[in-house]
Amino acid sequence: MAATPRIIVVGGGLAGLSAVIKIAEAGGTVDLFSIVPVKRSHSVCAQGGINAAKDLKGEGDTVLKHFDDTVYGGDFLANQTPVKAMTAQGPAIIDLLDRMGVPFNRTPEGLLDFRRFGGTLYQRTAFAGATTGQQLLYALDEQVRRFEAAGKVKKYEGWEFLSAVLGSKGEARGICAMDLRSMETRTFPADAIIVCTGGNGAIFGKSTNSVVCTGSAQSALYQQGAFYANGEFIQVHPTAIPGEDKLRLMSESARGEGGRVWVPRDRTDKRAAQSIPEADRYYFLEERYPKYGNLVPRDIATREIFKIVYEDNMGIDGQPMVYLDVSHLSPERQNKLEGILEIYEKFVGDDPRKVPMKIFPGMHYTMGGLWVDFNQQTNIPGIFAAGEADYSIHGANRLGANSLLSCIYGGFVAGPKAIEYAKALPAQEGDGGHAAELQRQNGFNKVLINNPGTENPFKIWRELGETMTKHATIVRYNVGLDEADAKIVELLDRYRNVNLSDKSQWANTSFAFTRQLWNMLQLARVIVKGARLRDESRGAHYKPDFPNREDEKFLKTTKAAFVDDAPQITYEEVDTQYITPRPRVYTST
Amino acid sequence: MAAVAKTIKVEIKRQSSPDAKAVTESFEIPYRPNMNITSLLGEIALNPKTITGADTTPITYDSNCLEEICGSCAMLINGKAMMACSALVDKLLGAHEHGQQPDLAKTITLAPLSKFPVVRDLAVDRSVLFENLKAVKAWVPIDGTYDLGAGPKQHPQIQEQRYPLSNCISCTICMEVCPQFNDATGFVGAATIAQAKLFNMDPAGSVLKEERLRALAGDGGIQECGFAQNCVQACPKGLPLTEAISDMGRDVFVQQVKDFFTR
Repeated sequence: MAATPRIIVVGGGLAGLSAVIKIAEAGGTVDLFSIVPVKRSHSVCAQGGINAAKDLKGEGDTVLKHFDDTVYGGDFLANQTPVKAMTAQGPAIIDLLDRMGVPFNRTPEGLLDFRRFGGTLYQRTAFAGATTGQQLLYALDEQVRRFEAAGKVKKYEGWEFLSAVLGSKGEARGICAMDLRSMETRTFPADAIIVCTGGNGAIFGKSTNSVVCTGSAQSALYQQGAFYANGEFIQVHPTAIPGEDKLRLMSESARGEGGRVWVPRDRTDKRAAQSIPEADRYYFLEERYPKYGNLVPRDIATREIFKIVYEDNMGIDGQPMVYLDVSHLSPERQNKLEGILEIYEKFVGDDPRKVPMKIFPGMHYTMGGLWVDFNQQTNIPGIFAAGEADYSIHGANRLGANSLLSCIYGGFVAGPKAIEYAKALPAQEGDGGHAAELQRQNGFNKVLINNPGTENPFKIWRELGETMTKHATIVRYNVGLDEADAKIVELLDRYRNVNLSDKSQWANTSFAFTRQLWNMLQLARVIVKGARLRDESRGAHYKPDFPNREDEKFLKTTKAAFVDDAPQITYEEVDTQYITPRPRVYTST
Repeated sequence: MAAVAKTIKVEIKRQSSPDAKAVTESFEIPYRPNMNITSLLGEIALNPKTITGADTTPITYDSNCLEEICGSCAMLINGKAMMACSALVDKLLGAHEHGQQPDLAKTITLAPLSKFPVVRDLAVDRSVLFENLKAVKAWVPIDGTYDLGAGPKQHPQIQEQRYPLSNCISCTICMEVCPQFNDATGFVGAATIAQAKLFNMDPAGSVLKEERLRALAGDGGIQECGFAQNCVQACPKGLPLTEAISDMGRDVFVQQVKDFFTR
């Protein structure tokens, strides 16, 4: 149809900005929607680095080894075709970011420096101090600002995506969005849309995620007919700082630079950490995993810390915490971790350069997401997804420093593919479904704002978070998952009785939050149902009652569809054409 | 007998819309150790009642990452421009060391930044900074995103100078505290000047160096700086702002002289 396709990108993190840049560069025009100014997107929270097998350390690293580490780290659940493509593009993506001016750390010769991360034996992670995500996001933000100044990109910052506008054949014809200041709801036309709305940490109440990471957009699309895949795969990061309002990430790079995890050998040891001699410290990851040591993949480190605390009762002072120690590192190495050490010092009040940090695992990353094909397209024609919002790269467990790469890779595929799709799109019938969708959303808004109920939405949210954290994170039991689902159904029921203490029509943040909450509840059921039905243990999904990986039954992608107001689960074969699945054992290999 | 529940007293300057009159509401919130200002605002959302028990609405404020890297939650806390997420309640109440007890008789005051238009309550419109970044072309004009091979070599010393400037989170606190940042001067503020320096130092970004320097010359430009040094003291990320201003001031002057003789 149109000579210049009109594309909407939802979400201005790394994936969204990558897609925008590709489209603008190809001559297309983009409307970019984001809840927050894009420079404040959650990608800024990524700390440790970005993987690419550039082999600048003479270790013999190759893109095929990166490919194998990623597939093996994900316990073979990822489709191998996109992982292979992503790892192959890694080196070129790093070069591009370097050319954009990202202040990557350098070697004395002036080349890019690399550090080691979890789940690999190679120094494959390029980094900018310990604020790599921030630096990458800024570089892409700057390029998008350049296109914006040239009139190729129009930003809608402070607008929230509510739903897709679907035409007569179920194809995308635009989006419905709400201005978070005027609370006006409008539809916007588009020939294709790309959804890059990140993860869903808010479903778990406290997580390492940002406030906007609710999964609301993905859930809205799932309720409109998109498949949501591998929802049960949630990464709990081994090292986070427990907090009142959120869990603050303490990057894997702390261990990449030589940080060590330990507890006192004697659980009654009351001495200050610094005064406990080496012999009285139990470096449990190093002893249990001699080859990978502190850099085992995250799911494994998380379970070991969980076991130390809850099975061996060896948490510090009987509390759910273990030491992450960088106090022995040289000032040069500590300097490379400056950003995260400052976070710890600011929020905890101790100087981690001198005193071991106290950490515990925290919900961190959403491996699952919108189901997409190898062109990043969902099952709804014209709706694409990329980044943490899609399910495609990380399988059952994501390796550290692969997320930044997967965001940029996904955006770089989705952008051009969306243009290709849009160019072949026939003209819409009638108004493309715009009036009907606007009416549906305005109807929901009207009911919600005037609802004469008694329930506080923030209380419902708190209960959801507690239930999900208890039953659907590190260790899962079927009885607990059943309990969680019953609880969510109860919360959905109570939601109908919700009362907004703020009924105003200007910058009403609790109204916007309450809309998101409905979508969080629906998506929570997908996570719980997927986990309930998967009677095996694979990557981050661990059931003590089913401790083994069961390839025959469960080497399959979980696909949830919204049928009769509930998730209906089917399974799809995984593409394993390049690497034959083998047992995942980090103790020896 | 149960101990009297410990509470925190908070006064919040509120404004329901850009044109509405500002009012102050007082709250009493259950005390827990290790709270920050954003968790305190979360408690109000859970139970939106003022100190007198009157129903009110949750506070509108900007926030996202809650770990002082997204730059959203800048506000005036006890009159000082700070990030709400990293402003710890115990510290604000006088407990600076572990084990010290906070003084719960003290009141914490919250207000929106004063130099930006209020959207609602503690949320303000800071889009002026992003416009300023456009004006100084704060980007590297790359040829394209296709594979063009490795970037130029860069000595670690250059990276070590660029990295701190690249840590700017666009919180606008440097602009809030600057006596020269006001409608009369139209001063761009320290953050924008620091970004201009960052890109002038980049091997490829420096191709736009002269354009950036010209954008910083004249009214509202670098000459408006009165060298009060408030910016460098208030910056939550410790950017070397005064150094950047002084370096860029010199470069702008040299450029102006050059332009005078060649035009």
